Amino acid sequence: MAQYVLKRLLGAIPTLLFVVVLSFLLVHAAPGGPFDEERVLPDAVAANIEAYYHLDESLPKQFVRYLSGVLQGDFGPSYRYRDHTVSELIADAFPLSIRLGVMAIIVGVVIGVGLGTLAALKQNTVTDRVAMGFAMSGISIPIFVIAPLLVLFLAVKLNWLPAGWSGSSGVSRMLLPVIALALPQIAYISRLTRASMIDVLGSGFIRTARAQGLGTYAVVRYHAMKPAMLPVLSYMGPAIASVLTGSVVVEQIFGIPGLGQFFVTGALNRDYTLVLGIVIFYAALIVLLNLIVDILYGVIDPRVRYR
Amino acid sequence: MSAVLRLYRRIRRNRAVNVSGGILAAIAVLAVLLPLVSQNNYLETDFGRILEAPGLADMHWFGTDDLGRDLFVRTMMGIRVTLLVAIVASIVSLVIGVLYGAFAGYVGGRVDAVMMRFVDALYAMPFIFFVILLMVVFERNFLLIFVAIGAINWLDMARIVRGQTLSLREREFVEAARLNGVSTARIILRHIAPNLMGVVIVYVTLTIPQAILVESFLSFLGLGIQEPQTSLGALVNAGVNQMESAPWMLLIPGGLLALILMCFNFLGDGLRDLFDARQNR
Amino acid sequence: MSLLNICQLGIRYGDVVAVDDLSFAIDSGESVGLVGESGSGKTQTALAILGLLPATAEISGSIKFAGEEFVGADDRAFDKLRATRVSIVFQDPTQALNPYLRIGEQLRRILIAHNIAAGAEADARVIETLESVGLPDPKRQSGAYPHQLSGGMRQRAMIASALITSPDLLIADEPTTALDVTVQAQILELLDTIRKDTALLLITHDLGVVAGHCDRMLVLENGGLVESGATRQVFGTPKCAHTVSLLEAAPRLKQSIAPQPVSGKALLRVDGASVSYREPGYGRLHAVKSVDLALRKGETVAIVGESGSGKSSLVRALLGLVAAESGAVSFLGETLPRDARSRRQQIRRELQLIFQDPAGSLNPQMRVSDIVVEPLSVHEPSLDRRACRERVIRILEQVDLGAEFLQRYPHELSGGQAQRVAIARALIVEPKVLICDEAVAALDGTVREQILKLLQDIQGRTGLSILFISHDLGVVSSISHRVLVMYLGRLVECADGQTVFGSPKHPYTRALIDAVPVPDPEAGIAHTSLSGEVPSILSPPTGCAFHPRCAYAESRCTTELPAPTAIGATTVCCHRATEIDLQA
Repeated sequence: MAQYVLKRLLGAIPTLLFVVVLSFLLVHAAPGGPFDEERVLPDAVAANIEAYYHLDESLPKQFVRYLSGVLQGDFGPSYRYRDHTVSELIADAFPLSIRLGVMAIIVGVVIGVGLGTLAALKQNTVTDRVAMGFAMSGISIPIFVIAPLLVLFLAVKLNWLPAGWSGSSGVSRMLLPVIALALPQIAYISRLTRASMIDVLGSGFIRTARAQGLGTYAVVRYHAMKPAMLPVLSYMGPAIASVLTGSVVVEQIFGIPGLGQFFVTGALNRDYTLVLGIVIFYAALIVLLNLIVDILYGVIDPRVRYR
Repeated sequence: MSAVLRLYRRIRRNRAVNVSGGILAAIAVLAVLLPLVSQNNYLETDFGRILEAPGLADMHWFGTDDLGRDLFVRTMMGIRVTLLVAIVASIVSLVIGVLYGAFAGYVGGRVDAVMMRFVDALYAMPFIFFVILLMVVFERNFLLIFVAIGAINWLDMARIVRGQTLSLREREFVEAARLNGVSTARIILRHIAPNLMGVVIVYVTLTIPQAILVESFLSFLGLGIQEPQTSLGALVNAGVNQMESAPWMLLIPGGLLALILMCFNFLGDGLRDLFDARQNR
Repeated sequence: MSLLNICQLGIRYGDVVAVDDLSFAIDSGESVGLVGESGSGKTQTALAILGLLPATAEISGSIKFAGEEFVGADDRAFDKLRATRVSIVFQDPTQALNPYLRIGEQLRRILIAHNIAAGAEADARVIETLESVGLPDPKRQSGAYPHQLSGGMRQRAMIASALITSPDLLIADEPTTALDVTVQAQILELLDTIRKDTALLLITHDLGVVAGHCDRMLVLENGGLVESGATRQVFGTPKCAHTVSLLEAAPRLKQSIAPQPVSGKALLRVDGASVSYREPGYGRLHAVKSVDLALRKGETVAIVGESGSGKSSLVRALLGLVAAESGAVSFLGETLPRDARSRRQQIRRELQLIFQDPAGSLNPQMRVSDIVVEPLSVHEPSLDRRACRERVIRILEQVDLGAEFLQRYPHELSGGQAQRVAIARALIVEPKVLICDEAVAALDGTVREQILKLLQDIQGRTGLSILFISHDLGVVSSISHRVLVMYLGRLVECADGQTVFGSPKHPYTRALIDAVPVPDPEAGIAHTSLSGEVPSILSPPTGCAFHPRCAYAESRCTTELPAPTAIGATTVCCHRATEIDLQA
């Protein structure tokens, strides 16, 4: 087991290296320099700036410098936020984003699994149709349509919840962003759960358990739940990626000073180092979480052999 | 040919597939034809009548935006762009995914293992962020949107096609053909490809809404299609900024976008049920 | 009053009638056999008794258990009856046990659900029950997951789960069909001894099983009861034509029915073939170890063995689908390349193969005419369309299929028809050798006999040589000129059919013969001397691989590999072949 974890950890290194190389090359293949749009600078100043950002060095040299920085958690200085390093900006903004993301995933899993299981048990009844109709809407209405609609109706028209981030505090301002982020997850996870639960409920060992007179609750709780949750577990990697993506939109709509907000501003301002740093940071995070999901999968499914 | 005919008959009997397919076809036709009929075009501004509510006057059926442009024609143009991006991106992912997956699955062994390790590695990456990076670096190139979205979506297709090919390759009817010395080209053409068709059709249908989502997401953030060109995502973004004073600017493009996505999802689900039933028989 | 009373039971799915007007009763403690071919409604009846039919089934009539009516009852009423009064053992324990739950936990849940025991008391009861079904080291095994047990042990655990509540009725639905032949007898014996006062409803397609284990029997055909009575009486004087044909189709092992040996030069030879695969995590898996084989013109050679015997690997090496590690395959004196791709087209034509699963061996997207013509278009590309069509019609006639089948798709064929199409595809290019890999294992008894008869007829007409792979000696006994018995990759005995069935020389062959249930209630059960199961091919025993299961093993058997020895017409690999007497 320990050997397996170690092996998978080592296996993640090439992936991460690939991410760093690809994104680094992409940024440096950009036509024009990062400061082209600014007022024309005297040559001496321009040279100074280039030296400060090591833009005067050769590409491989810049890459080695960047990579060794990244390994020490240093993503270099931001091009636009002149007083901050990228690492500082990430450290400031990320805790807020991850808090929203984790809450949205928890809500998504709890409600999604519950709804999906209910629909599977009541297959082809009105309950099932309503739940799956809701789920179909959830996967079809994009988050950047749902989020403004929530603001429009729950905050602006009904005035139940605060619309923005600043100007309010506590749980109430977290509620709408978390709902907006969680809705697509609830929809996707409930569809996934329903499909896998129906699949499991049709298998031979469930027929055995029913023949043993265990009753619906015990059959689902002790026999069906574990295997039915495996696809949901596999989805956790993509779910995290999807929530991080969603947070980019949600943070912008609600004006939340999270990492997603910085990412979009950075992208629109062509703040290369910031965007590059965030991409690499997110990639590392997702690779790591995928790894954890893989390991958990092995713990739950006794037939997986660690090799 | 009659295998196709049988499939067609079964599809005709499936309501979800028929209804959603019909709506999509209608939307596509209207989006192409109606802008030609309208007296307005999508560029013309009229600062005398900004943020006008939907109505029949002057054919501003969906009202006007904050620059006084006709929203009906803009929305139709947006649908055109959205559908075009989705379809082209899906073809890109179809071609790459099927070729890659079928090759890995049919060759098998070490080649397959290496090719699939590569796919696994790509899977673990936050592609949407790469696409944004790409958009930042390459100045929101329209063509690049196609390539970028296709490059995300081919992974699923490759995995599924590879899995199917691998299991088809081991099937006894393929073995029987190989034992008789039937050529590889003929085996692929007569034995593998026709049996792959089902899953490929289903997954293309399911990648289209994903492609639409990515495109509209980018456009919403202002990183996709650029003014004065528009897409549903860009229209939603404009709508969000005016939603308190002109909610129709958000509701109409947002609702149409959701409708299109929902139809594609229903279509994919329906087709998948059809093919699953075929395989279970 | 009877324990179970079924009256005019009907089960239908829309227009399809699964069971029609079925009435029978079971008294406490008796054992009743329910016999029928696939689709006869026997499993549907079992599921109806336990209320496990899908919601789409429409049930009519009456099922009374201990006086209480169960047709129309809800799940809650059934839950009181399930396990406590009626238990069921399903066909395939791999499917029927939960792969994600430890064995002990699956049993414990039953006790808790029915408030029979909990905590340490439940644990003790679980271990006690596991021990009673013959699970070695039950304490440890109760902590095992199903995939960690062998097939026979899994079925024992399944039986333990059915009997842990001491029910009044045990339904066993084909309880041995998914198991190795030598394990089947052990499981049937276990069911007999352990059930005590529990009544048994034994569902099977195999009349031999009924003959040895049931007091009474019921014969089903197409959902209806066609015959019932005491087992001896039904076997002695069957009244219904269907029962007669079932009796005729039941596999029998008699020296007299094996055909006369054939002489002549070998057409196809295999000399010292070995096959091994790389098994990740284990190193090399030796599936076949230096096996010799010869097939003459017009001869049928059967290769018989259980799982792990290497019979399929041997065939795959022979066909070049896997490269043999060593040894040579020759056809008409010409040594063939090991890889099929390097073989001449003519060789491919001469060696044709048919598979176990008739549905899987036909491309679902192609019509019968296109399927059958494909080999012809490869081997005789010069033929025009009309000539091809004539050849297809002619070969279909030979396998007793009319021209109306030409336009059909595989899903429109029954199992037997699909296998006939597969035979037609193999024979259209007029090969010299036909290889049948478990070609009748998936078919019903009566259909199986028809296919075997067809193969024999074609052989009589054309002098075709047949290599027939099977796990069941009973199936091959009527068609085999010669029989090869394999165990864990090695040949253990080889002789003509009459000699093998009349006087086997290897204890394993004897065990295989005993494992074929005899369809005769008077014969009694041949108690097999064979214990245990086939060991894993990944770690075969030393010396003679059979020694851990052999009643005659002595110390040298555990260390020395026995060399092939000729005794009369038999070649046998056993140290003690000359000393021991294996006559029945």
